[in-house]
Amino acid sequence: MADDLFNSFMNGPDENGRFGKFGGRFVSETLMPLILSLEEEYEKAKTDESFWAEMEDLWKHYVGRPSPLYYADRLTRHLGGAKIYLKRDELNHTGAHKINNVLGQIILARRMGKTRIIAETGAGQHGVATATVCAKFGLKCVVYMGAHDVERQAPNVFRMRLLGAEVHPVTSGRGTLKDAMNDALRDWVTNVRDTFYCIGTVAGPHPYPAMVRDFQSIIGKEVRWQLAEQEGEGRLPDTVIAAIGGGSNAMGLFYPFLDDPTVRIIGVEAGGKGVNDKYEHCASLTGGRPGVLHGNRTYLLQDADGQILEGFSISAGLDYPGIGPEHSWLHDIGRAEYVSITDAEALEAFQLSCAQEGIIPALEPSHALAHVIKIAPDLPGDHIIVMNMCGRGDKDIFTVAKHLGFEINTGG
Amino acid sequence: MTRIDDKFAALRAEGKKAFVAYVMAGDPDYATSLEIVKGLPAAGVDIIELGMPFTDPMADGPTIQLAGQRALEGGQTLQKTLDMAAEFRRGDDVTPIVMMGYYNPIHSRGVDRFLTDAKAAGIDGLIVVDLPPEEDDELCIPAQKAGLNFIRLATPTTDDKRLPKVLTNTSGFVYYVSITGITGAAAAEAADVGPEVARIKAKTDLPVIVGFGIRTPETSQAIASVADGAVVGSAIVAMIGEGRKPAEVLDFVRGLADGAHRA
Repeated sequence: MADDLFNSFMNGPDENGRFGKFGGRFVSETLMPLILSLEEEYEKAKTDESFWAEMEDLWKHYVGRPSPLYYADRLTRHLGGAKIYLKRDELNHTGAHKINNVLGQIILARRMGKTRIIAETGAGQHGVATATVCAKFGLKCVVYMGAHDVERQAPNVFRMRLLGAEVHPVTSGRGTLKDAMNDALRDWVTNVRDTFYCIGTVAGPHPYPAMVRDFQSIIGKEVRWQLAEQEGEGRLPDTVIAAIGGGSNAMGLFYPFLDDPTVRIIGVEAGGKGVNDKYEHCASLTGGRPGVLHGNRTYLLQDADGQILEGFSISAGLDYPGIGPEHSWLHDIGRAEYVSITDAEALEAFQLSCAQEGIIPALEPSHALAHVIKIAPDLPGDHIIVMNMCGRGDKDIFTVAKHLGFEINTGG
Repeated sequence: MTRIDDKFAALRAEGKKAFVAYVMAGDPDYATSLEIVKGLPAAGVDIIELGMPFTDPMADGPTIQLAGQRALEGGQTLQKTLDMAAEFRRGDDVTPIVMMGYYNPIHSRGVDRFLTDAKAAGIDGLIVVDLPPEEDDELCIPAQKAGLNFIRLATPTTDDKRLPKVLTNTSGFVYYVSITGITGAAAAEAADVGPEVARIKAKTDLPVIVGFGIRTPETSQAIASVADGAVVGSAIVAMIGEGRKPAEVLDFVRGLADGAHRA
């Protein structure tokens, strides 16, 4: 047993917030005391039963957990290979996995006496989840969102405003998700006393990558017992697959299976127009190299001089030039595989999910599904794939319509 | 002894406070930027902070963000920033140059190669905003071994418990950030800064220089009078951003330097 524990893939990060050489605490001195105090609070909360009791109560009654693990039989028959299960995190309150993590961070913020919550958002799902939980607890909420994303995700901007959040369109830099994160950090460094920064993915300085992973791990933990319930005691998935922007839904699904060597783990990055040297993609692992941004060392899209490049994807939620540091580590040690899917492939998968299963997926999990479509036909019928359907597609119908050549009249 | 140590020794002997000016290397273009940098010592600047442009300057306000964008659009690279320092150094072997910026461009070049090149270019110190003491093994310790000063930022959130950690492995001087916030934001108040500087000086023999929120000769004087010197960045960079001629920029710098030297 001692040997098993020593060889575990689940022990990270170390006391310096490192997963191998990745992760760390690359922040300005002003923020350093804040992240140390957050780490201290989180360490206390982790072993505090009342913290988890509050989480579980809200997960069940407010979010609607556990989310179903659904056997997609028509899709399985259509592809004619592996047995495909979808983890239905798109059925959560607010329509994505994001709220799993937001609840944890907001409960922590309340324990720390913080009264003002800030967040960055790309597709708007994390912003909506944060605005939602802030409304529920009566906390002031400020969301930073790239001006370009404000435009392409208008319904989510309106949702956040309905929920009482202030949405700040970010025009600094190129006005995308990474710039929204920069502006959130600039806000935090200015409002250090009352403000809690609720990061939406497994990135940022330690302890965020580990903390967000822990909150999202509910996904994989549920899959373990749900699959055993449906397929028999002890039955594990043969393959788990999830889409990756920053990588929080993927980390949440993967983490509880890291020490099960029979489980193949595949992360799907956004390949945009194809992983090419013009960087028309967001595939940090397949097309980037290690660097330091937003508080951690990880794989990044960057030029030869270490300047950060903009990613490109049809999906605003995957449009980030970095990736969570734990994924970088899992990639380097080979415990997980990372592949990329193009916009065109994701759009096809999107339509197949609608037609075969009556599920309109978000564009993010459509990337994961596209990879399922690639590999499932060649796998035997007793091979079980679990894919995380991490968000629903309501927010994306305008984008998809445009790409498919439809015009939606929103004027009523 | 680096040029920074020599400079402070000389200032002390004269009973003068230091004036430190920040400009973004390559802003708005290489030639104009070099002309401004070359003119800084004659305008009264004791130490030059040479900004290394970065796409994601998380601790900077709009003024310096835009300066970085202008420099990058003008083709500035880390190599060109080193070239600029080397070119300056050929005509001035006394004025210390501190490179200031973010870690990734240095990380991308490789720490060892960067340190060798920086030393060869006549760089004296480094300020890297996103490298707190917790990450000292990355660059701070290798830089000190290479004979460069590693200058740390202390801030209003650096409490007494944390201060010793911030001062360990710091050399050259301590840069006290007068406000919680980004560059070019709130105005610094000498009344708030004085006690903070005293708190730091009680724990170190290094000079303490104060920056962030200083825009006028009056504030420069007021802040320098409660510290070992003052830094001005955004106010100078804003003039460059307005497209003012180097001579005008340097006149403005002279006013700020005179302010600090009156303290």
